[in-house]
Amino acid sequence: MASATGVGASVRRKEDLRFITGKGQYTDDINLKDQAFAYFLRSPHAHAKIKSINTAKAAKMPGVVGIYTGDDVAKDKIGGLICGWGITSKDGTAMKAGPHPILAMGKVRYVGDHVAVVVANTKEQAKAAAAAIQVSYDELPHVVDAAKAMKSKVQVHDEAPDNRVFNWGLGNEAETDAAFKRAAHVTKLDIINNRLIPNAMEPRAAIGAYDSGTESYTLYTTSQNPHVARLVISAFHGLAPEHKLRVIAPDVGGGFGSKIFIYAEEVVCVWASKHAGRPVKWTGERTESFMADAHGRDHHTKAELAIDANGNIIGLRVHTIASMGAYLSTFASCVPTYLYATLLSGQYNIPAVYATVDAVYTNTAPVDAYRGAGRPEATYIVERLVETAARELKQDPAEFRRKNFITQFPHQTPVIMCYDAGDYGAALDKALSISDYKNFAARKAESAKHGKLRGVGFSAYIEACGIAPSAAVGSLGAGVGLWESAEVRVNPIGTVEILTGSHSHGQGHETTFAQLVSDRLGIDINAVSIVHGDTDKVQMGMGTYGSRSGAVGMHAISKALDKIVAKAKKVAAAVMESSVDDVVFKDGSFTVKGTDKKMAFGEVALQSYLGHKFNTSEIEIGLKESAFHDPANFVFPAGVHICEVEVDPETGHTEIAAYTCVDDFGNLINPMIVEGQVHGGIAQGIGQALMEGCTYDEDSGQLLTGSYMDYAMPRARNMPSIANFKLGFTCTPCPTNPMGMKGCGEAGAIGSPPAVINAITNAIGVREIAMPATSLTVWNAMQAFGMKKAAE
Amino acid sequence: MPTIKIKLNGKPVSGEVEGRTLLVEFIRETQGLTGTHVGCDTSQCGACVVHVNGKAVKSCTTLAAACDGADVVTIEGLAKGTELHPMQAAFKEHHGLQCGFCSPGMIMAAIDIVKRNGKNVDEKTIRRELSGNICRCTGYHNIVKAVQAGAANM
Repeated sequence: MASATGVGASVRRKEDLRFITGKGQYTDDINLKDQAFAYFLRSPHAHAKIKSINTAKAAKMPGVVGIYTGDDVAKDKIGGLICGWGITSKDGTAMKAGPHPILAMGKVRYVGDHVAVVVANTKEQAKAAAAAIQVSYDELPHVVDAAKAMKSKVQVHDEAPDNRVFNWGLGNEAETDAAFKRAAHVTKLDIINNRLIPNAMEPRAAIGAYDSGTESYTLYTTSQNPHVARLVISAFHGLAPEHKLRVIAPDVGGGFGSKIFIYAEEVVCVWASKHAGRPVKWTGERTESFMADAHGRDHHTKAELAIDANGNIIGLRVHTIASMGAYLSTFASCVPTYLYATLLSGQYNIPAVYATVDAVYTNTAPVDAYRGAGRPEATYIVERLVETAARELKQDPAEFRRKNFITQFPHQTPVIMCYDAGDYGAALDKALSISDYKNFAARKAESAKHGKLRGVGFSAYIEACGIAPSAAVGSLGAGVGLWESAEVRVNPIGTVEILTGSHSHGQGHETTFAQLVSDRLGIDINAVSIVHGDTDKVQMGMGTYGSRSGAVGMHAISKALDKIVAKAKKVAAAVMESSVDDVVFKDGSFTVKGTDKKMAFGEVALQSYLGHKFNTSEIEIGLKESAFHDPANFVFPAGVHICEVEVDPETGHTEIAAYTCVDDFGNLINPMIVEGQVHGGIAQGIGQALMEGCTYDEDSGQLLTGSYMDYAMPRARNMPSIANFKLGFTCTPCPTNPMGMKGCGEAGAIGSPPAVINAITNAIGVREIAMPATSLTVWNAMQAFGMKKAAE
Repeated sequence: MPTIKIKLNGKPVSGEVEGRTLLVEFIRETQGLTGTHVGCDTSQCGACVVHVNGKAVKSCTTLAAACDGADVVTIEGLAKGTELHPMQAAFKEHHGLQCGFCSPGMIMAAIDIVKRNGKNVDEKTIRRELSGNICRCTGYHNIVKAVQAGAANM
């Protein structure tokens, strides 16, 4: 039943009050007594041997507490950063991972690589002393372009000849080759998925604190998964066992993937706090975010689609070179493999798919999951190919898609995934209707009157969220299980605390999770609080990424709530002197069938803790339950984006004239929050399509886009107007969780880039255009196209 | 080190500053008001916007010493007790925030936009004038709605 604050209601967010009044507590807002400040000296070179590091002069600078280098890391035997997903190459060999020390040992491999850390009384003193450290480098040649890495003479890591980390494949090669042989039409595209820098608005930060009295550490950090950070720092860096390390991820200002990973700076702050004998605080500057946060995308792909004489897609073949950067970040290896090639069937019934991926080291910042992580790359390929094929075959792009849609569920694709539920035609119909597609020609004519070229582009995306089950991901190389945990603590007066292993950094869990609990227990939403982000409070968790917190995190809560209700029924039965089988729990009250006996949830909670009216040797005192949930399958959100652009032929400037997005996320807990996630995801996708592009200079290896003056972030004026940005929803409930929900966090960023690029290519009549399609890129494409036309 | 005296959210405060101390450092570190954020080093993102003598400024590129004697209002100074400023209330009502990091600067900038453009400020103007504030979460859609709604209630 939908109540004003229950499941399905657009409840205003509980967490907002502290954020809009300046009372949020982000890591940099936390100050510990006697804290010192860390500043990292970073490599100015893309690739160099470190001949020597002289810290003598710097050590004498005012306020310096300590200076540490790779030698000190080695002396203390602090382990290196790990990549938690092992990929096996086609030839059966394990991926070739080079070492990733927390401070450089003998060599630097990208501009921004961490060379030394200065700890001082103030930030300014640490920075000044870092400038006085003398590092003698022997510069080495470098390679920054992934497409050139395997042919380069540069060797980023000795462990990976040809800079190749792995050569992996998925699908059926022979069947795919056969499909191409019998194809009536083949559409080929060379596609670069442009490298992006995530840019959560809160720069990363960490405070490490050692307590010599208890011989234990505390780490405050900007993390999307504090428990995994604790596990890795304990198990691999060897700083402290888990029970002697508390990790707190307080309010976190956005993540988008970039705060999933365990970074050198966090480990160094923990480690240095014992040496310094004081808490050590580091807050990244934005330039450091650009240089040393894990980047996203950077795929170079040759893709081809086989179509038979009846217009049926019969095969898809893809080869991708994926940049890993200079080191393998925490989950880097699963992004261009199991999060990517497994979605290459898209929404389409494609009997044969084959993908090969070469993952390569380059002298650039590590590349890892960024909003969508592999799925935007897959969707971009499929949706660019399908749109291009439709145009080549002179078919309406919407109807060409519809003809090839999967319509029967469950559907086993040739690339691992088994889609459980969906109605792709329904989403397409709704999107066509909302966008008023049938009158596009009239709008195009109207734009032409104003001297603008109008184009329309489609994208029908599918994604897989809530990576699971644990045994399956384990068999594919994951070093962790991908379940979630929850604990429900009912207080004696009937208020409830939910402890969750999910972590909210903008998603609004404090509201949506409370909606579920309020509904299930029939209590006021304000009687529920959500506790997360502290390993001393929440026992274990896997954190928030991959749009997993609804489908997986809330499912764990749901399971624990089932146990609470079962236990409370026993207490209620005893107190009301009836059989537990006769007790019914509904709308927050326990009643006994066929009687007028009734107890409110709060009364039962109180009785649970009093223990006066039941046999405590049969029923345990208290009302607290926990649950771990391991999902049965991924969840499969899907939808249709339709983008209309207006291009100014004089300048190449592109405006998003109208944007429509229809998603099937199953049941929605809070439509307002879901829409917000979609808006934000689409903004990042529009950013990728039109503006954003991380650029390293080939000659110097320097990062050219190292600030907001060089890296074009989407601003309010780059988005479609309120009236022309329309969202809709369809619903096929997910069968593998009781809420019937799918994930919504990444969908916008996955579906939008191909819709925008398909619209631009439609507007200006070219076949291909690179992302980001800046004004210059669009203008150049129009000139080249014009010249080609003239020559014909 | 010189001492500056300012009125901060209506209260007189003073503190020592170096010549290079930024207003945001004085607010966050000397005065301990951490609602004003630092999101970049280049005066682009706007997470640090506060009001100095009634005008929105980026406190990450304002020297504290230059504000001696000024009236400074931060996000913490907007609400009257438990009564939110209409712009704060509008951000909540219209889901104009997600992670909350850019929100203090957004709200302070939005109030300034309304002061200069009036209660009926149009969408295009809002979008143009928010050029100095970056949000990575919301896609700005609900921020623009919130600013319009907040403007009407100011």
